Amino acid sequence: MEPESPAPEAPGGSPGPALELRAIDKRFGAVHANRAVSLSVARGSIHGLIGENGAGKSTLMNIVYGFHTADSGEIRVNGRRVVIGRPRDSIEAGIGMVHQHFMLVERFTVLENVVLGAEGGRLLGKGLGEARAGLERLGRDYGLDVPLDAETGHLPVGMQQRVEILKALHHRADILILDEPTSVLTPPEADQLFRMLALLRDQGKTVILVTHKLREIMAITDRVTVMRQGAVVHETATRDTTPRALAEQIVGRAVLLRVEKKPARPGPALLEVRNLEVRDRFGVPRVKGATFSLRAGEIVGIAGVSGNGQSELLEALSGIRRPSGGAILLGGRDIAGENVGPRDRRGLGIAHVPEDRLRMGVVGSFSAEDNSILGYEGRPEFSGGGILRRGAIRSGCERKMAAYDIRPPAPRLRITAFSGGNQQKVVMAREIDSKPSVLIVGQPTRGVDIGAIEFIHRRIVELRDAGKAVLVVSVELDEIMGLSDRILVMAGGEFVGEVSGEEANERTLGLMMAGVRGDPRK
Amino acid sequence: MSAPGRLPRWADYGLLPLLNLCAALLISGLVIRLIGESPWAALKLMAAGAFGAQDSVGYTLFYATDFVFTGLAVAVAVHAGVFNIGGEGQAYIGGLGVGLVGLAFGSWSPWIVVPLGIAAACAFGAAWAFVPAWLQARRGSHIVITTIMFNFIASALMTYLLVNVLIKPGQQSPESREFGPGAVMPSVHQALGMIGIPFAPSPFNLASLLALAACLLVWVFIWRTRWGYALRVFGQNPQAALYAGISPQRTILVSMLISGGLAGCLGVNELMGSEHRILLDFPGGAGFVGIAVALMGRNHPAGILAASLLFGALYQGGSQLAFDMPHVNRDMVVLIQGLVILFCGALENIFRVPLAALLCRAGGSGRT
Repeated sequence: MEPESPAPEAPGGSPGPALELRAIDKRFGAVHANRAVSLSVARGSIHGLIGENGAGKSTLMNIVYGFHTADSGEIRVNGRRVVIGRPRDSIEAGIGMVHQHFMLVERFTVLENVVLGAEGGRLLGKGLGEARAGLERLGRDYGLDVPLDAETGHLPVGMQQRVEILKALHHRADILILDEPTSVLTPPEADQLFRMLALLRDQGKTVILVTHKLREIMAITDRVTVMRQGAVVHETATRDTTPRALAEQIVGRAVLLRVEKKPARPGPALLEVRNLEVRDRFGVPRVKGATFSLRAGEIVGIAGVSGNGQSELLEALSGIRRPSGGAILLGGRDIAGENVGPRDRRGLGIAHVPEDRLRMGVVGSFSAEDNSILGYEGRPEFSGGGILRRGAIRSGCERKMAAYDIRPPAPRLRITAFSGGNQQKVVMAREIDSKPSVLIVGQPTRGVDIGAIEFIHRRIVELRDAGKAVLVVSVELDEIMGLSDRILVMAGGEFVGEVSGEEANERTLGLMMAGVRGDPRK
Repeated sequence: MSAPGRLPRWADYGLLPLLNLCAALLISGLVIRLIGESPWAALKLMAAGAFGAQDSVGYTLFYATDFVFTGLAVAVAVHAGVFNIGGEGQAYIGGLGVGLVGLAFGSWSPWIVVPLGIAAACAFGAAWAFVPAWLQARRGSHIVITTIMFNFIASALMTYLLVNVLIKPGQQSPESREFGPGAVMPSVHQALGMIGIPFAPSPFNLASLLALAACLLVWVFIWRTRWGYALRVFGQNPQAALYAGISPQRTILVSMLISGGLAGCLGVNELMGSEHRILLDFPGGAGFVGIAVALMGRNHPAGILAASLLFGALYQGGSQLAFDMPHVNRDMVVLIQGLVILFCGALENIFRVPLAALLCRAGGSGRT
């Protein structure tokens, strides 16, 4: 589809909103993803879009960017109606998008990535030369310093994100959409990003920030729009609202933002890890000499920017990956060897909620009830003589669904038809129900709505209060600080510090996550 | 958020295959029109050829039995995420097992020799599947490539054996001698005749009961046992299988052994049931048709049963067509079968998205 009118050249400083959506409606089968959504984003402002997962934010932005087409409604850019049927249309209309998962070719240099899609002719040479000059100017104007000739895959994530932003600007974007941009950044990197966004705004660009983090909305946006169940439920100037008020709008009821828990009463160590070294499949050490213990009745949190060895640590503890050195002692027995796989560890009382639910924790094409026995299908309650006990599996799943308030309570429904929060509850229910003595949880609330976060946190604390040991790995600092009795910080595969839960604050943790060692308690 | 193109079950398992079949027949009709014959008459001839008389029904069901075995073989492997293209070779070698039993113990009682032949078919088929499976599981060789190669190796091996070792002395064509009387699977017309029901003679034999039993067993195995569960977990999400502690190597091996065993059973139907000797290239491409059957049957035994009947009818009706219509030769029939495989197998999703959109719109307007 072509724009009905030629893509408007940004008329300098004309009044009116930069982007206006009128009554956008979109259904996916039975799911009404966007219900008559209207949104007006003022030129030269940072506009926040917040809501739970499945609230329709991503669908809306994907419609604006041309990944989906709206069933009805219209999009106006600088006051003129545009028809966006594919990403090229939106790029021509001056809209750029920085996706949560970067759309970069890792083996290309930064320069090659930036000109991708705007090569400017059959031969690359000329386009690359022009792009280089243009990018150096952009870099100066917006403080976006990026080594243009470096291989993109070798750059740190924060830098790769800049490449995405540069790419959008190079494609002459006036409206920049960022989808959960801080999910991969350290707090200092996030601050840097926000300074950059403020600069862009001051230069007249329009920024739309899609996030589920209240803190970011409060810190940087001018206006904020709250979506719930596909519709806009609230819109306000950011200075006129509070995090609590926003949270209530997001969930539709009053919520607890902090985890309520009594002080821990730790008992003896249940799991001891000594000098653990884990290598990835290329033989690169990702965990270097980790030593810690996990005591009964305490929650230990591991903070760190994702990709600093936490995943490998989790996989080694749960038996998925064999460590290349060190020991994992469970009740004095070393279980680090290959012959104690995930199934045996479950038998020994180690349950594991994996970081990436859809990649590892569930089988997407299976029903909820089939997912509720994953890893436990050989237990006598679920199968006898090799034959699955269908009735017991069904009733067990119904019981868990009632206990964990999983909605809809339909055991035979495909797991991917549930919201992220309910999927996670299926996984949590499965693992906690196996009566573990040690629970290892990766990203307990990734992609989980605020209402379910509260519920999952309460369950984790309950397990602790029942005298079990819990290890939580999360990239959400708020979550780590709220849940943990003790916090270990990981950077570059090593533990760089330990803080108690009460004493932790964002600044010290942030510094340690960036690799600054030392005792932050001084 | 549902992916575009998700269909309700009745449309996925009923309407969509029907649409694909119609499209294939439509294009076949155009081609028949192009060579100057009437498509309608051809269709009638084919239907009559497949179902018009008792013996033609017998032939249709005989072919269908082959396709059930090879279709199930493909399906079991697919559930474990393994694409076994080697059904043809496994069936061929499975037949060798049947043949050796038939040649060696043909004088014994059928009550012993027939089960022995079935066991040998499974064992030989499974053994032929084991090598590529082991190579994939332990060495990471791509199973699609190795199973294709093993088809050729099976073919060469059988040719060698039939020409040099198993050939009946003093005979020109590379065939073994006839099995003894004990190694004969009773045919359906004989069995029915014994209880007083007359049925026209055809190669349709009691191996078809074995095929039905295999359908049931595969269903139980895949959906009702913990091993079938583990197989499906691995096939759908290998990462989740690792997480659950399901060994990838074991899963690949088990699924391929079962798959090869099922494919090998084709030898029971063809050799014990019909030919009563080993001859060159008796699977005749049924191993490959199994891929289309499994695709069309959505890897479910019930669907495979239905798809096998369709392909059985196409085979039998097609040969009748070639016989009766002057301009339609054997290659035309292969073309029609090819089109059905193309539309029901390779292009099985071409109508999915439009159909889903149509149903969605109809459903949406129905609700409001």
